[in-house]
Amino acid sequence: MSALLEVRNLQVRVEEREILHGLSLTVNKGEVHAIMGPNGSGKSTLSHVVAGKPGYEVTGGEILFKGEDLLKMDPDERAAKGVFLAFQYPVEIPGVATMTFLRTALNAQRKARGESEYSTPDFLKKVREVAASLNIPQEMLRRGVNVGFSGGEKKRNEVLQMALFEPSLCILDEMDSGLDIDALRIAADGVNALRSSERAMVVITHYQRLLNYIVPDFVHVMSKGRVVKSGGKELALELEESGYAQFEDQAA
Amino acid sequence: MNLALVKPTMDGAASDVFTVARDRLPGKGPVAEVRQAAFDDFIQKGLPHRRIEEWKYTDLRVLLREVAPLAAAPDQAALDRAKEVVTSLDVNGAHRLVLVDGTFAPQLSDTTSESGVTVQTLRAMLENADIAARADLLRTSVASDAMISLNAAMATDGVVIDVAENAAPGKPIHIVHIATQSKAAAFTRSLVKVANGARATLIESFVAADGTAGYQAHDSVVLWAGNGADVQHIRLVEDARDAANIATAIVTLGERTQYRAFNLTSGGAVCRYQAFLRFGGQNTHADVNGVSLLNGRQHADTTLVLDHAVPHCTSNEVFRAVVDDSAHSVFQGRINVHPDAQKTDARMMTRALLLSDEAEADNKPELEIFADDVQCGHGATTGALDDSLLFYLRARGLPEKEAQALLIQAFVGEAMESIADEALRDVAIATAERWLAARG
Ligand SMILES: Nc1ncnc2c1ncn2[C@@H]1O[C@H](COP(=O)(O)OP(=O)(O)OP(=O)(O)O)[C@@H](O)[C@H]1O
Ligand SMILES: [Mg+2]
Repeated sequence: MSALLEVRNLQVRVEEREILHGLSLTVNKGEVHAIMGPNGSGKSTLSHVVAGKPGYEVTGGEILFKGEDLLKMDPDERAAKGVFLAFQYPVEIPGVATMTFLRTALNAQRKARGESEYSTPDFLKKVREVAASLNIPQEMLRRGVNVGFSGGEKKRNEVLQMALFEPSLCILDEMDSGLDIDALRIAADGVNALRSSERAMVVITHYQRLLNYIVPDFVHVMSKGRVVKSGGKELALELEESGYAQFEDQAA
Repeated sequence: MNLALVKPTMDGAASDVFTVARDRLPGKGPVAEVRQAAFDDFIQKGLPHRRIEEWKYTDLRVLLREVAPLAAAPDQAALDRAKEVVTSLDVNGAHRLVLVDGTFAPQLSDTTSESGVTVQTLRAMLENADIAARADLLRTSVASDAMISLNAAMATDGVVIDVAENAAPGKPIHIVHIATQSKAAAFTRSLVKVANGARATLIESFVAADGTAGYQAHDSVVLWAGNGADVQHIRLVEDARDAANIATAIVTLGERTQYRAFNLTSGGAVCRYQAFLRFGGQNTHADVNGVSLLNGRQHADTTLVLDHAVPHCTSNEVFRAVVDDSAHSVFQGRINVHPDAQKTDARMMTRALLLSDEAEADNKPELEIFADDVQCGHGATTGALDDSLLFYLRARGLPEKEAQALLIQAFVGEAMESIADEALRDVAIATAERWLAARG
């Protein structure tokens, strides 16, 4: 059986500068992987390349998703196939009501998969349920996408979308940054509720604390564009103790 | 000899468009004198060109080249073709007044009288020797402009609407301009008086019968809104893709008046909408918004001149242009705050979205302030769609065109908010959606 996500020897350039220098990562269904690493080590770059953000030049390696060449697909195709990236910095989209956005996006994905579109009442029911479980008031959904949302609210809105779209691969890029303790727990509960044997998660974080809530099966340390160490959840605790200094040398 | 030519450098040919039409223009005596004077003024000025400051970005000598010959009065075949257009209009439930090739068409119009609303045709009034001041119907005091003069000289028809004091007609009044003759010009002029305390919604549509090409629509609207009046004014310019639409609105507002205008230009090859607004009474508010949706080689110019002549008035202008291919959008907005107009609050914000490298937008907001205790502000931006927003939407499953469409709708949406009537706002939104769908 093929892995859900298979990143092989990935080399990526941005504006003539190589950021990822041969990164490999295998994620199977049902697994939760944490990626940690110093600022600028390339964690967000990896997540962007998997999601299909333009502006990155892949100069080597490959990414397979469910056995298919992910790099050949447009970002929307990837989303429809089950890739979801919860952004480190979700953007604000004034003038596009959150509800309109959610419905358009969900139906676009369903259409791309050849599934029927949701009827308005079914859709509303589903959004209300998910929003309630994440403590997101209905009023927020009437606003423009992320407009006037606090940092924490934006992150919760990302989790809301994840719950709504039911992707098979969830990449969470610093979902914990900007969240207060209660919000973190609520968001983490939302993520945990989505854990299943059919779905995998890649959790990018700087802090062990998030991993107390979302307990990973594997922890990877990235440094200077490579995975320099992989281990179990205890690796995160180790890092909390000793920092990244020991890996900086290895990566160089 | 080409009778259609108006080349201001060639005086002989220039007069022909008028000379040839003169016998067909309604109104004798003083009316004919006003026409002649107006045409003399036009000949003296000539078609506006880029060295005329107000027409800097819309050089009609290049874009229009000549004034087309006056359209013939519509025959039965023309009316039949116009009828098909009427049945396909987006606006429903309005009191419809149809002008075909510049001539009022009672067959296609609502003739049932609406309480508080009187409608006459300009033609009938110009021809009625009992109306002493009939020549005034062609005069304007507000602005000196070659195209206003040309319109006064050539106007064949239009509607003259009176909304009685405190009347609140249940239906919007919808003036529909339909072109059925290719390569011909229609000259229309309508006068709308909304008396003190009355409420009215005026809609103007510019459309063409299938297959009508290369025509010109020249229109003027003179609107008075009395004290305490509440007027909504919607314009929908959906002319044929190779047509010209040159239109002027001259608006005078009373005291405690609400005036909310919205102009949507999506059709036409060359469009100019110039609106002159005068605040004549205190505590009056005006919203003057507009959206241009342009592609191909379209050129659309919106030029607003607001005169805050009295204190305590507020105005807000929101203009958005979406410009694709090698189209060209022009927005000029000038706010004059007169010395007495203390406590004026005037804002203007214009933004253009360029969807291609060849697309062009000129934004020129201007403030002339002669009073010291005022709040005025303006801003202008021009840019492309934000890549990070596009990527966010695409990462959530929206194909490229759909993601763009959603952002474009949001972009124009803000300008459409001033349309208070929900059904009319939906018409504007539907027009934008059709435009977006046609992008493929
Ligand atoms: N568009 C860009 N142009 C130039 N350099 C870029 C660009 N995007 C990323 N980089 C560089 O690539 C490197 C990796 O950035 P990335 O955002 O992936 O790091 P990160 O591991 O997510 O860091 P953090 O923990 O701070 O979020 C950094 O040195 C960054 O400056
Ligand atoms: Mg990052």
